[in-house]
Amino acid sequence: MSGHTISEISSTRALRLPDAAILQRLAISETGFVFDPVNGNSFTLNGSGLALLRLFQTDNDLAHVCSTIVAEFDISERDAERDIIEFATQLCESLRP
Amino acid sequence: MKLTIAITGMNARADNPGPGVAVMRCVREVYPDAHIVGLSYDALDPGLYLPLCNASYLIPYPSTGENALLRRIAQIQEYEHIDVLIPCLDAELLSFEHLQSELQKMGIAMFLPTAAQLQMRDKGRLQELAQLADALYPETRVLSNTGFFYNCHLEGWHYPMVVKGPFYEAQVVYTPEEATAAFSRIAAAWGLPILAQRLVVGEEFNLAAIGDGKGKMFGAVMMKKRATTDKGKAWAGISIDDEKLEAMAASLIKELNWRGPLEVEVIRDQKGDYHLIEINPRFPAWIYLSAGLGRNLPAALVNMILGKPLPNFPKAKPGTWFVRHAQEAIVPIGVFESMMIDGYYAPEEAPTH
Repeated sequence: MSGHTISEISSTRALRLPDAAILQRLAISETGFVFDPVNGNSFTLNGSGLALLRLFQTDNDLAHVCSTIVAEFDISERDAERDIIEFATQLCESLRP
Repeated sequence: MKLTIAITGMNARADNPGPGVAVMRCVREVYPDAHIVGLSYDALDPGLYLPLCNASYLIPYPSTGENALLRRIAQIQEYEHIDVLIPCLDAELLSFEHLQSELQKMGIAMFLPTAAQLQMRDKGRLQELAQLADALYPETRVLSNTGFFYNCHLEGWHYPMVVKGPFYEAQVVYTPEEATAAFSRIAAAWGLPILAQRLVVGEEFNLAAIGDGKGKMFGAVMMKKRATTDKGKAWAGISIDDEKLEAMAASLIKELNWRGPLEVEVIRDQKGDYHLIEINPRFPAWIYLSAGLGRNLPAALVNMILGKPLPNFPKAKPGTWFVRHAQEAIVPIGVFESMMIDGYYAPEEAPTH
């Protein structure tokens, strides 16, 4: 998957975010502690994971999320794309219905 | 005159605690001046010796029959003047239900499911109830011998599956031999029938509430087990809030017209669907979480029994943890002697008997 760009993947729907309703119900602390009040699961995120999760809560356009991350963090577009794809995949695994 | 509340189920082995001690803690928080009487079956049941009790008594095992239980309660009543009795163990509920009118004549009030309601939530009949309440339920077979374990593949059953007792215990088994051993072990402890149930892969969630006997559910508290003992009992858990689970429990209570406390046990599969596993006809051992959430269900039950107004509970707050711990109750030999010889102990003002 690392050979694809965000816009390519987004347009081919090969990558998806967790359900918007699940992202909205999460209780997210400044410390990076995340709690799902419906299924009782919790996990912790580092600073960049936290920033990404907050972006995902309001913006599901992956290309747009990528440009925000590149502007905010000292990271190349290629690395940002790879990290976002990997993180979104992990979130889908962690945040089941 | 002091309110006297008797509570059963003082067994509290760390790997499989009874609900009595937790119920007693909840009641004590709202009724600090109540005279609380602990009732239990074994002199080694730790709750009998805790300072939460004002007095403790041994009662005869359910297998000795209802007459023996009635005689013992009548004897205890001469000293204690019990106003409210909360049975906390599955195996004793039917006896207390049958004795309800006799106990009422003695001045002892309870709020229990009827015998018919108890039968409908019986593990062997839960499939039928789940259908009526439109709840998912894993296919279950009621067994009186082990033949099924060797031929189940002919009926489309595969290992692993779950072998369960009529009251307590469940074991996931992977082979016919393991299933047969589980059958024998559980049957020896709890009798027949034994149940075989298809295994649902997922996470275990529990809901405790009170049914008002008219089809309504009062004060649901939901939690997810986060750590369990070897026996699968909750050692740590976290409160959750899921409308789907609440609706499922409300539907079951409505279908049963459930009267009294209950615990609904479910497995949440990977799609987020709930599968009914059991309905326990009493408060669970983790019920102190309800007090921690400001929704003290045992105290509300006492109000219900006494005809007092029910509390206005706040909305159930998700994200509150409980973690159990085990501690030693120090018991002088004279206290243990009293329990063994007289079936009685009170830390203060012990009557002579």
